[in-house]
Amino acid sequence: MTEKIITKKEVEYVAKLAKLEFNEEEKEEFTSQLNSILDYFKKLNELNTEKVEPTAYVISMLNLLNEDKVKPSLSQEEALSNSKYVKKGYFKVPKIM
Amino acid sequence: MTLNQLTAHEVVNLIKKKKITAYEVMQDIFNQIDKVDNLIKAFLIINREEALRQAKEIDAKVKNGEELPPLAGIAVAIKDIIATQGTETTCGSKILKGFIPPYNATVINKLREAGAIIIGKTNMDEFAMGSSTENSAFGPTYNPWDLERVPGGSSGGSAAAVAADEAIVALGTDTGGSIRQPASFCGIVGLKPTYGRVSRYGLIAYASSLDQIGPITKDVTDCALIMKVISGHDNMDSTSVNLEVPDYLKYCQAGIKDLKIGVPMEYFIEGIDPEVKSALNRTLKIFEKLGANIEETSLPHTEYSLPTYYLIAIAEASSNLARYDGVQYGYRVEDYEDLSSMYQKTRSEGFGSEVKRRIMLGTYALSSGYYDAYYLKAQKVRTLIKEDFDKAFSKYDILIAPTSPTPAFKLNEKVSNSLTMYLSDIYTNPINLAGIPAISINCGYSKSNLPIGLQIIGKHFGEGTILRAAFNFEQNNDVEKKKPSIKSAKHKEATE
Repeated sequence: MTEKIITKKEVEYVAKLAKLEFNEEEKEEFTSQLNSILDYFKKLNELNTEKVEPTAYVISMLNLLNEDKVKPSLSQEEALSNSKYVKKGYFKVPKIM
Repeated sequence: MTLNQLTAHEVVNLIKKKKITAYEVMQDIFNQIDKVDNLIKAFLIINREEALRQAKEIDAKVKNGEELPPLAGIAVAIKDIIATQGTETTCGSKILKGFIPPYNATVINKLREAGAIIIGKTNMDEFAMGSSTENSAFGPTYNPWDLERVPGGSSGGSAAAVAADEAIVALGTDTGGSIRQPASFCGIVGLKPTYGRVSRYGLIAYASSLDQIGPITKDVTDCALIMKVISGHDNMDSTSVNLEVPDYLKYCQAGIKDLKIGVPMEYFIEGIDPEVKSALNRTLKIFEKLGANIEETSLPHTEYSLPTYYLIAIAEASSNLARYDGVQYGYRVEDYEDLSSMYQKTRSEGFGSEVKRRIMLGTYALSSGYYDAYYLKAQKVRTLIKEDFDKAFSKYDILIAPTSPTPAFKLNEKVSNSLTMYLSDIYTNPINLAGIPAISINCGYSKSNLPIGLQIIGKHFGEGTILRAAFNFEQNNDVEKKKPSIKSAKHKEATE
């Protein structure tokens, strides 16, 4: 049995952040699965990386800027074409307030 | 022999010489799909009418004596994570069921301009998360060499389609091995280009700092042909690199007497199947015979690459997949109380379990208080892994290793345990972390007639050199190339 890194309560909290919901059984299952994977990640602590710079992108590049020029883009109709919930040219969502 | 069994370079030449027509090739392709795809299940969508129409257009050009583009009439299967205008693109997920992209990925435009014909979209692990194509919301794909086994993944549909002669070539994507591992399991060729070599515009993102699109083909020449077409800078992808695209075919012609080859010893220990090991040793003897200079070398941080890879991939995935909320495209639940419950219910019903697992892990790793311990730590170890390769490439031109520790495994063998499934990418994911190119090519077969893959790894933008090494090996391999027999007997029995 691996050490508990993440509790069921934390799993519930992370699910909320990720906008996911689970039933009790799934929560138990996820807690045990996430614990074993997180335990595996601890392997990285064997390495001292105090003086190592992080790599985000492997090809070194400066900021790339495009010319400030208007180019064709999707029409409103095309942009809305994949939603069933469209009204007066907008995406329709449930009431927020 | 039917025309669907040909390679792209053979098809192009025969069409040019008017020995065959593009329409005849296309008919043979669809005959094969009709014959075997109920067993293989490589395709999610087939563009039959449009493909046949485009084939006729190519034939009209031939008839009129017009000059033909480099891939005229070539039937290409596209992994269903690459946006195709007007054709459903699902990423193997319920959450994108019915999504019709209003634009093409840059690679699709490039293939079309080169005369290639898109015949359909292929099955995959949901959002490319998996190594077996079992995580597709639309059911698994089966390995043409043994229908009880997986084709590998996540580009399993593309690899199976090419291996079963249901397509002449295919495109896949590779985040931690998703082109090379299925190419290895299906006995064909697959290349993951240098990060930035091929535009990712229109590639639906999984882990943006690792993803690349690449070819899956029957031989190395086809691989070079496709690379020439799809590579290059694109204004629509600021991470694509502005470097001239060489004529990869020309690279293949030269010998390899000058090549210094390193063999990383860490890739031959723990968990490697003895048959894979002996196939690799035989392979190295062939390279030696061809005059290459081979030495054992070390990539000391190899054992850390799997946890590093997964941390980076899941963190980026949790962020990339935040866009699936039921608002602009894809699935939306019918019943919900408010906006928040619409998001939650849509995502919980729309995503499969492996995707949810990775989103949860990634969200946790990026959450307040844990960022430094997980994501930042992984990015630092990524530097060490990259430096291992930099050091190796200061001495060697290419590295040679197995593609995967074992040949294709059985369906359901690894789905229940994520960690054992992840191990199947142990030799491929370090390459994505370093952003370098690698090709997988068949080097032989196991006693039970399953293909074994050899991986040739190159320097940044060293695609030409790995293609040259692969081509020389392909021409001199002492194991005869086989085709799968696609035996359906057992399969039929099981379903009856």
